[in-house]
Order: sequence, then structure tokens, then C-alpha cells
Amino acid sequence: MSNVSLDANDSSVTENQPQDNNRRRFLTVATSVVGGVGVAGAAIPFIGSWNPSVKARAAGADVEADISKIEPGQLIRVIWRSKPVWITRRTPELLESLTKIDDLLKDPNSEEDQQPEFARNSYRSIKAEYSVLVGICTHLGCSPQHLKDGAFEEYVEGVPEGFHCPCHGSKFDMAGRVFNNVPAPLNLVVPPYMYLDDNTILIGSEEGAA
Amino acid sequence: MFKNLMDWIEYRLPIMRVANMHAIQYPAPRNMNFWYVFGFLATIVLVNQIVTGVWLTMSFEPSAERAFASVEYIMRDVEYGWILRYMHSTGASAFFIVVYLHMFRGMIYGSYQKPRELLWLFGMFIYLALMAEAFMGYVLPWGQMSYWGAQVIVSLFSAIPVIGPDLVIWIQGDYVISGATLNRFFALHVIALPLVIVILVFLHIVALHEVGSNNPDGTDVKRKKGSLTEAEKTKFKIHEYYTDKYDIIDDIVPFFPHIVLKDLVAFSLFLIAFCYIMFFNPGMGGYFLEHPNFEIANPLKTPEHIFPVWYFTPFYAILKAVPHKLGGVICMFAAIVALALLPWIDRGRVKSWRYRCGLHRWNLIVFAGVFIFLGYLGGTPQEAWKIIASQILTIMYFGFFFLLWIYSKNERTKPVPARITG
Repeated sequence: MSNVSLDANDSSVTENQPQDNNRRRFLTVATSVVGGVGVAGAAIPFIGSWNPSVKARAAGADVEADISKIEPGQLIRVIWRSKPVWITRRTPELLESLTKIDDLLKDPNSEEDQQPEFARNSYRSIKAEYSVLVGICTHLGCSPQHLKDGAFEEYVEGVPEGFHCPCHGSKFDMAGRVFNNVPAPLNLVVPPYMYLDDNTILIGSEEGAA
Repeated sequence: MFKNLMDWIEYRLPIMRVANMHAIQYPAPRNMNFWYVFGFLATIVLVNQIVTGVWLTMSFEPSAERAFASVEYIMRDVEYGWILRYMHSTGASAFFIVVYLHMFRGMIYGSYQKPRELLWLFGMFIYLALMAEAFMGYVLPWGQMSYWGAQVIVSLFSAIPVIGPDLVIWIQGDYVISGATLNRFFALHVIALPLVIVILVFLHIVALHEVGSNNPDGTDVKRKKGSLTEAEKTKFKIHEYYTDKYDIIDDIVPFFPHIVLKDLVAFSLFLIAFCYIMFFNPGMGGYFLEHPNFEIANPLKTPEHIFPVWYFTPFYAILKAVPHKLGGVICMFAAIVALALLPWIDRGRVKSWRYRCGLHRWNLIVFAGVFIFLGYLGGTPQEAWKIIASQILTIMYFGFFFLLWIYSKNERTKPVPARITG
């Protein structure tokens, strides 16, 4: 651009006119800034449209689960963000047994950040009776199997119930805590959740966070 | 440091040489008026169509089952999807508005005449490719007008003797317009035709810069080498590519920044109109987006009134005016071919209507009126008087070319000024 204006200076057309370079510079900068703002504004829809669509966000939204019909010892599966979430109603005997196997576990006190703050306790839940876990193995993403009524003894002696991953043999207890000497490095994830009332759990949000 | 880098690149890739030759030191006649902004605007719209088209492709699903729903998905669920689609649909109509004005500019100033015949032909090929592109794009949302529009346009080929019916089945890939048709139109719309259009635009510009820009006076600014005194030559720095072959008269300005800045003013005005339509009236009362197309395609029920989008309606009126199937199709295509043959139909040597006979000026104005009126007839419901009217107008449409061919042989023209005026 600069060489053009220099050339224009040489021409007879502009020779006899006073040059005001400040004015020219102001107009150039003003035009460029307005143009730049326009380009930035026009870019917004193009960038924004790559975000998850309303459909995707709806599919990833919080889900409610009715826990009133779960029998003691039963496990139900709920889908949240296309992932299985297990809700188990744990019997008092089971809860008591959970406190006795700490030395078999990698992280019995949930020190790793695999759960919301409210679940950093020995039962890894808000109410001890109900456990809420994302049913995805922390090793390579398979969904472990729920083995109960002594079926889990085959894998861990003296523990009748737990989760066993069919892919690479990782083992978890009924609070989702990982056992020693398995490939999975971490406890199962506890999703954010809250009680809407005594019978309903909302998975995806926690109290006070939303 | 920066200069070294630029030199390193320039030595291997002629960026500055091309920029100088085709923009910064390209000689543009200084009297180019507002008619000369539409080529620039067409380029801008082309970029808009390509970019928004790429983004729409990210969410569109080209199947008979999913196409309509995926357009609804774009409009309702994709973040800013509605604005991307309206940019694209408004852009399609805007493309034809600027292209029609661009073509009319070429007609009134005789920009198709020697030596710009090939330039004009490339332009006509772009126009043809654009019509195919627009038609196939209109099929993609798979609404009622998409379906029945495709049905009518594809059926045009059935008028061809002997091979017609088989040709239609081959084009459709089925015995009716179906998902197979939609899929191939999608491929042509998003890849094949855009490529063809971009290549043709490139050739159009290369051909333009080879022969140079015409202007409202039609006075050539490139003179024979050695025919001008130093005082008559332009004082601007013009690329040697032009000055080596010609003497450039002192009636030009460099394309950049002079013409570009003027184009940018036009661009900002264009954007105001474009954004107004896009945000407040994207359907343009059924002219840009037709009402029946908000209903999913139904192969069992033709909409009550069926016409193409506004930019095809003049030719559609010609098709309807001829009471013979093959004859109508031939007349319709002949209407476009006649335009393409303008450089040879016009036997005159004077380019601009400013210096041609009064009949020529009236012929052009009437032609523009006929084109618009045909568009009205082709885009509104069928009535008895409209058939007669469109028959008369069809004859007048071709009459323009016939008259031009007659009077341009020995036309009484005014003297063309030796230097550019005004």
C-alpha cells in the first residue's frame, strides 16, 4: 500500500493538493478496526456451531432415577451421557463388611479424585444405603459385571459380592473401590448426584453446585 | 528479518509479482461506475456460499429419510445453525441478483464485444454452472418444492427424442425422484459444481486481465506501443506486463486501492441489505424460500402452485408459453444460448450504449423489462391472460437479439471519445 501512495504523490493529480497523512492514517486504522470487528463477529456462528447441539446437550442432561422400588441387594442401571450408572441398595450386612477389607484395597479412603467431595467416605455415597457409580472400568473402559451371593468369592476369597471386569480382570468392591493387584489404577467414578426427595436421585448435578 | 523471509518466499513463489500484476499495479479505467461493483460482490457471495456450505454439510444428512429432519435439526438444535442456513439461502438469491446486474452491465457497455468474447463465454458458463448448483441445492432440504421442482426439471430431459425417458431414469438413479437422486445431487452440489465454478471464476479473471477492463465509455485505455507521448501516459506505477506491450493512457487508476475501496463501499451497502433480509425476512415472502418447502416431500401430492425460485422464473415462463413439450424445452435453452452468442449476434463496433443508436438503448431497456415481466409471469399462479402475455414476451425476448443483429450491421453511432470522459 505504501508504495502506491508514494507513486500517487508523484502524479500530477495529487501534486498540488496538501497531503494530510494523519487523516489518511486515521481512516486506514478506523476502516481496518471496523472490518476486523466485523470479521470477528461473523466468526462467532462458525465457531459456535461446533459446540454440542441442543440435541446433544439434551442427551447429556441430568437424569432422574426412582429408587423407591429397588429391593435390598438389588442393582439398577440408569443411562447418563450414554454411560451406565449403577444404583445399588446395600444391605446393613454388606455395609458392615465393606469396613473390614481395607487392606485388600488400593485406595480404601478415596484419596484419589474419583468422586465428588460428598462421597469421600468409606461408603462413597451420600446415604450409606444407596451407592451410585459410573459402571465403567477405570482401566480401559469396559463395563464390569456385578457378581453376588458368593459368586465373587471365585475372585476374592472371603468377599461374596463385588464387580469383576471381564476384559482384563479388574475387581472392585460394592463401594466401587479397586482391589490390589489388578490392572485398574483407580476406584470407579462416583458421578455428581443429589437427592430431589427420599425416592428420587438426580444424576448429573450436586447440591449447591448448580 | 521479515524482508529476508519475504524475499526467500518470493524467490520460490511469485506472491508479490502476482499481487502487483493483478491488483496493486493493474490498470483500471478511472470512470468505472457503480455498475462495476457486482463482479466483486459476486466473488464475496461465492466465498460466503462455500464457507457456509461447508459448515452446513457438517450437520446435513443426504438421505430421503433424514434430509428434511436434519435441516430442522440445523435450524433448531445446532448452535447458530439457523444463521448459517439463512446466510446460505439468502446468499443463493443474492448471487443471482448480483450476477444478473453484472450481466446487464456487460450488455449496456458492450463488454462482450471483441476482444472480450471468451471472457463473456466464461461468464455464461459460470452462470450455467450456477443454475445447476442452485437447482441441486434447492433439492437437498427434501421439502415439497425440492421434490416437485426436481421432478419438473429432470422431466425436461424426457422431451429429448428417443433417449429422453431412459435418460431421465439414469439421472434419477431410480424410476422416480428418490433418495438415490438426492444423494447424487448432494455430491454434485457440495463437490463437483463448486470446483467447476471456482475454476471458471479463475479463468474468467485471468481472461479479464489479459484483455483489460472495459468501461462505460468503451474507450480503450491500452494503446499501441509508442503511440502516446510521455505526457499522455499514466503517471501511476503499472506492472511491466501491461506497459511492455502497450502504452497505458492517463485515464486509469491502480486497481488497489482505488477500485477496491470503491468496491468495499458497495460491499458495506450490500451487507446492510443482505443482513436485513437474513435476519428479518429470510423467506422474502416466499420468493427466497418457498412456503411449500416447509413441508416434507410427498411423492403422492403435488403442491397447488408450483414454480421454481425467482431466479429461474423468466425461463420457466418461456417454457410454459410454448404449447409443445420439446419446443418449450428448446426455447428455454435457446434463451440462454442466445445470451451466450451475444458477441456474434451484435455486429457493431461501438461498445457502450452511450454512443450507440437510440434504438439500441430502447432495445436494452425493453429487454430488461421483458426479462423482469417474464419472471413475474413464471413465478405467479397460472391464469389465461398470462399464457398470451408470456407468449408475446417470449417473442419480444428473442426479438431483442434479432433486432440487435439487424441494426448493428449498419448502425448510426456517435463518435466514441478518444479519452475517457467524466
